[in-house]
Amino acid sequence: MLQRLQHLLGTEDLTREQIAFILDQARPFQEFHRHPLKKLATLRGKTVALAFFESSTRTRISFATAAARLGADTMNLQAESSSLKKGESLLDTVRTLEAMRPDGIVIRHTSSGAPEFVAQRLNIPVVNAGDGTHEHPTQALLDALTIRDRKGKLDDWNLTILGDILHSRVARSNIHLLSKFGVRTTLCGPAMWVPRELETLAPNVRRVFRIDEALNEADIIMVLRVQSERIHEPALAPEEYILQYQLTPERLRLARPDALVLHPGPMIRGLEIDPAVADGPQSCVLEQVTNGLAIRMALLYHLVGGSPVEAPEPAKE
Amino acid sequence: MRVVEKRQLLSAEEIGRTLQRLAHEIVEKSGGTKDLALIGVRRRGVPLSQRLAKTIRDSSGVALPVGTIDITLYRDDLSTVGPQPIVHSNEIDFPVDGRDLVLVDDVLYTGRTIRAAMNGLFDLGRPKRIRLCVLIDRGHREMPIEATFVGRTVETSDTEIVEVRLQEIDGEERVMLVDRVA
Repeated sequence: MLQRLQHLLGTEDLTREQIAFILDQARPFQEFHRHPLKKLATLRGKTVALAFFESSTRTRISFATAAARLGADTMNLQAESSSLKKGESLLDTVRTLEAMRPDGIVIRHTSSGAPEFVAQRLNIPVVNAGDGTHEHPTQALLDALTIRDRKGKLDDWNLTILGDILHSRVARSNIHLLSKFGVRTTLCGPAMWVPRELETLAPNVRRVFRIDEALNEADIIMVLRVQSERIHEPALAPEEYILQYQLTPERLRLARPDALVLHPGPMIRGLEIDPAVADGPQSCVLEQVTNGLAIRMALLYHLVGGSPVEAPEPAKE
Repeated sequence: MRVVEKRQLLSAEEIGRTLQRLAHEIVEKSGGTKDLALIGVRRRGVPLSQRLAKTIRDSSGVALPVGTIDITLYRDDLSTVGPQPIVHSNEIDFPVDGRDLVLVDDVLYTGRTIRAAMNGLFDLGRPKRIRLCVLIDRGHREMPIEATFVGRTVETSDTEIVEVRLQEIDGEERVMLVDRVA
């Protein structure tokens, strides 16, 4: 029935049942965070390698905390570390990490497909913590958990995603995940960030360029960060972006009255989101962070805690 | 490997009478119901704890707090073979600090489940006391753990299995001794 997960590389290949299973398994860990003593020995003696080839604060801390609360140790590789600057290849770096015998590896990389490349070559579970503009599956899972908790179900909502969708792995993972539950997605942002190809990502995806129209009937609004580090030339002056696309309290009133506002963080208040919306009752920003811990604990428990996976096919090089 | 039923240990009526007696023993040995709370160990400890609470409410008029504990994250045999067991939530909606807790389970065997349940309880706070109530004690302990309240003590060999079937979970009500034969 439930096909066992060996890695988590993206949401595109997950089935509805696998997604529901992961969300259900996060539930006990959500409750666990209310315990006075937040430390388990479940993964005692296990080691999780956190290989962040691209800098990250929030996701790295979330995975490190999830591992620590399950009793696992972590080995940390950060983008600033010297071996990466010395020009070592991705494969050599991860093989070096593997030689220290971790029981699982969490990878973030600037190149799309890097976690899959590693998963094909190493004999341990791989979790994608964000790869290029491809996927960020744990973010989509924690978003789904947040939506399911607040709205009681995941199915059939109207989702509006605002901002730089072209460069957003968060948007891609969310579109793949939520479309499996019949969610209708509206993408809205400056035209060069919302190319036509995005409509073919999943069923029921459309593009709308006027924010007023995009927010109409929305049940869930995902605001993306304006990612200055991914844009080589400022495509649009910040003042222009604010004027056309900032989620303000007035614009939020165009959505359904019980619409949720999600943001993957870090938020730039006053740019993509008005502080009054970020701190308002419809905002789920802090729940998203707490739910991220629960999702990551559930995944590490099932992926890293299980028996070793069989040796993969010999590497094809 | 095949499983054969060797004999019935308790009928539905005997289970009912045993639980009545255990409920009275719990109140009697606790000198009343002050601070008392029951914690059922998933899975079959849960309906047993609820039935004990109902019996105590019927006889003394006191509704004891009842909770549920899932021991999955505290097991000592994880990651040996195959996929990880599914985790369930605890349902304990009262503070355990200072409480006089009675853990309730169907069968006491190696004692490892109860060790795990106690570890789980300690993560929730600091109970005043923890005692154990089981329907069947079948021996073969691997931990220094004993039950204060025992429904029936049964001599078993280590190839035998005590199967407790409860109406709420199994749709029938009896306790059987079964054996594995090659």
